[in-house]
Amino acid sequence: MSNTRVSRRQFLNYTLMGVGGFMASGMLMPMIRFAVDPVLEAGAAGDYIPTSQKVSELTEEPVRVDFTYDQVDGWYESEVTGTAWVYKEGDKVVALSPVCKHLGCTVNWGGDSAHPNQFFCPCHAGRYEKNGQNVPGTPPIGPLDEFDVKIEDDLLYLGATKPNTLI
Amino acid sequence: MLNKIYDWVDERLDITPIWRDIADHEVPEHVNPAHHFSAFIYCFGGLTFFITVIQILSGMFLTMYYTPDIENAWRSVYYLQNEVAFGEIVRGMHHWGASLVIVMMFLHTLRVFFTGSYKKPRELNWMVGVMIFVVMLGLGFTGYLLPWDMKALFATKVGIEIAASVPFIGEWIKILLAGDSTILGAQTLTRFFAIHVFFLPAALLGLLAAHFIMIRRQGISGPL
Repeated sequence: MSNTRVSRRQFLNYTLMGVGGFMASGMLMPMIRFAVDPVLEAGAAGDYIPTSQKVSELTEEPVRVDFTYDQVDGWYESEVTGTAWVYKEGDKVVALSPVCKHLGCTVNWGGDSAHPNQFFCPCHAGRYEKNGQNVPGTPPIGPLDEFDVKIEDDLLYLGATKPNTLI
Repeated sequence: MLNKIYDWVDERLDITPIWRDIADHEVPEHVNPAHHFSAFIYCFGGLTFFITVIQILSGMFLTMYYTPDIENAWRSVYYLQNEVAFGEIVRGMHHWGASLVIVMMFLHTLRVFFTGSYKKPRELNWMVGVMIFVVMLGLGFTGYLLPWDMKALFATKVGIEIAASVPFIGEWIKILLAGDSTILGAQTLTRFFAIHVFFLPAALLGLLAAHFIMIRRQGISGPL
């Protein structure tokens, strides 16, 4: 037992604040958990999405491949279109994400007439080499992401994006 | 630590008198349930306010998922109730609280009536209380449509027909509420949503402030 006496006022303060805090947290906890739910939701594993691109028709020149897939956004389901830039590196098929690593705009192959053999981002003139390597001195801070790639019956399938493995 | 922060602010802004004005006030023996248990009837006003706070909080959180659009309203409610963690609880708080706040407000009204607390000099506070009652019923009526299920739709149809039966201006009230002279649809839902989350809560907060300032100025009415 400690010798410091707890006064009546202190005792009431502590008990009332304790009970009040318990009640308030019982009220607020469900609401806060409700609000932060998107943060705690487990990310869905990406399936491979079929495209209509024949692998035999690919060359060393990147081509734009659009693909559509069903997206479930909360209560809203829709078909959305994604894009990849695809080319052959020897026997290997490379599919790069068009999302600029500066601030998320969309890059184009040869979008800048002064640099026909680079990816170009029109927002802030970011540039990338063919393998996705960002050109030093332009805004992007990293190389373009790369898609997981699968080939079935000569057709290209695209999976999840991952950090560039070519560099 | 907290004391030091308090002192720091108090030294600059002299907040103690403000705090005292809010927290320190007479609680006469005849309204204190610790003295006479039957005095619990004096708690209904405070309970109404407590549930109102829960309604405002849970409503704010519900709008993070709710969509006031005829295509998505029901689906977003279904989603937030069945897919989001604690969605059933948060929607449940708002759903049951909505009924409970009216029950509590009604009991508070009865208490004020039977203790004669509305009499001079408190007539103005009674009038403001009646306006709060009307606003609360409006919140209940507009909120009922928002889940956009069958019950909501047809209850609102009936409610709007009742409003339309007002002599002379009924038709105008109906169109003003529904946003269209014949359809109860997309425009009705957005209107009811706007009224439910912006207009009526703003009116309610103003009226509650007036209600509380008056009761603090006049004090609690004397014993029977």
